[in-house]
Amino acid sequence: MTTTAAVRPDESGSLTTSELAAVRADFPLLERTVRGGQPLVYLDSAATSQKPQVVLDTEVDFYEERNAAVHRGAHQLAEEATEAFEQARAAVAAFVGADEGEIVWQPGATAAINVVAYAFSNATLGRGGEAAAPFRLAPGDEIVVTEAEHHANLVPWQELCARTGAVLRWIPVGDDGRLDLTDLDTIVTERTKVLAFGHVSNVTGAIAPVETLVAAARRVGALTVLDACQSVPNLPVSFHELGVDFAAFSGHKMLGPTGVGALYGRRELLEAMPPTLTGGSMVEVVTMESTTYAPPPQRFEAGTQMVAQAVGMGCAAQYLGELGMEGVLRHEQELAAEMLKIADIPGVRVIGPLDTADRLAVVSFVVDGVHAHDVGQVLDDKGIAVRVGHHCAQPLHRRFGVAATARASASVYTTVEEVAAFREALAGVRAFFGAE
Amino acid sequence: MSTLEQMYQQVILDHAKHPVGRGLVDAPADEGHLAGESHQVNPTCGDEVTLRVDVTPEGAVAGVSWEGQGCSISQASVSVMTSLVQGVPLSEVERLDGLFHDLMSSRGKGLDDDDAEDALGDATAFTGVSQYPARIKCALLGWAALKDSLARSGALATS
Repeated sequence: MTTTAAVRPDESGSLTTSELAAVRADFPLLERTVRGGQPLVYLDSAATSQKPQVVLDTEVDFYEERNAAVHRGAHQLAEEATEAFEQARAAVAAFVGADEGEIVWQPGATAAINVVAYAFSNATLGRGGEAAAPFRLAPGDEIVVTEAEHHANLVPWQELCARTGAVLRWIPVGDDGRLDLTDLDTIVTERTKVLAFGHVSNVTGAIAPVETLVAAARRVGALTVLDACQSVPNLPVSFHELGVDFAAFSGHKMLGPTGVGALYGRRELLEAMPPTLTGGSMVEVVTMESTTYAPPPQRFEAGTQMVAQAVGMGCAAQYLGELGMEGVLRHEQELAAEMLKIADIPGVRVIGPLDTADRLAVVSFVVDGVHAHDVGQVLDDKGIAVRVGHHCAQPLHRRFGVAATARASASVYTTVEEVAAFREALAGVRAFFGAE
Repeated sequence: MSTLEQMYQQVILDHAKHPVGRGLVDAPADEGHLAGESHQVNPTCGDEVTLRVDVTPEGAVAGVSWEGQGCSISQASVSVMTSLVQGVPLSEVERLDGLFHDLMSSRGKGLDDDDAEDALGDATAFTGVSQYPARIKCALLGWAALKDSLARSGALATS
């Protein structure tokens, strides 16, 4: 697999204008127009990113040249398909600071988090034997999340609590949109078995203090689960350096295809963890009475896998890696600063940190007197695509007393000029609706 | 007129700003009246409406009151509907509901039926909304609440 990321930002700075132009040329969709021939200003990358040509080509190439069942069959195509599949795993692992055996393909981050949550269930029911003891829950045990979570990192834990009798607790969010760690020591205690939190909020853009949270979990022997969906595409991430036990991220938010994501788990934990989905491909010996399971990662990859998408995700990881995530992060921070200027528009309130430290270019906001849907519609009329609604984070919206927000978010291909066009259009929204 | 202006007709903006029937009213205890309440949520955007309907013994809408929050389309649509069905027999309410659903499926073309559009009155202002698939459900939220509250009142079974 080869990728052709055309540019490499210089060590010191963000992407230069010409580098950014080269990046944009890699994304065919960005050339299209919308709403009557206007250029597309795509500011919804936190929902899903656009895909570079090389990712699309890689997926097509797989189907045209290599398509076969992986990990079975002795024919040449099967060998080539398996090699592409496993090379993609290696590329993703290298990109996120993990070993190959620690990356489990999943249909997405939601599925990945559910695999961990159901492993706790199954271990609590006695599955996995003594080895699975770290995953056993008893009534009175606690699972800690945060008030900022995407529903994907909240509902599976609520359900796990309902199944096991464990108690769900959460770290609150302060008025500035960042986690309020004032009572961390009374929330994360000896009773805590899991601390699950998002690396970067998909609403506020705030980067969580991972080091502090991991240290708190380790002090009490709790396992950490990181929702890395918004961080992996936009900043340098090494799960080994972060020291988390599990992490989940999706392909489609990091320039890769839909239908694929990954679960990271520390090797010894994956070894000890009972499977969730069972069936073909994840077994060693099957008799009519019982089954022994394959070692990870195959133990958690039951059934036919999304091979072409996985190969595409591997290509996306390589594309981003060649671009250089330090430069991508600086680009994000530059765009975040440009986006935050909307706070100066009369009637606009940003939900989340107003400073550019420890945040990405994900900016949610409300417009006084105008519902988020209506805001989004007026922006759309100018060709500007933003997300409206609760962004799968209803508790966080409730925390700020709003039912819905509009959200602008950036990716590697987003330009300062696009953000300026967004600000200009946003400044006209209240007048359109006659809001005083 | 741009498609955006076709969607946000002045009558819609006016109803969004000065909604009719907003503020829940306790169901009157008048003899023979039936009352029903429904809470409808649009889970993708969080828009919601709680609507109460009061039905006369003769099977006509005596009054609609509601509380809600959401975008201008959803709130204006409840408001326009509230004006439209006041005093109207339930059989006619059912016809209007069908016509409004047809209008919302028209992809901006309208009903091409003067009688039908006369019957819908101000609700024809939502024709432009039907060009935006993501917003149709906003316009239908209040109508779903009315239908459900009528069902809950028991009035549909007796009419």
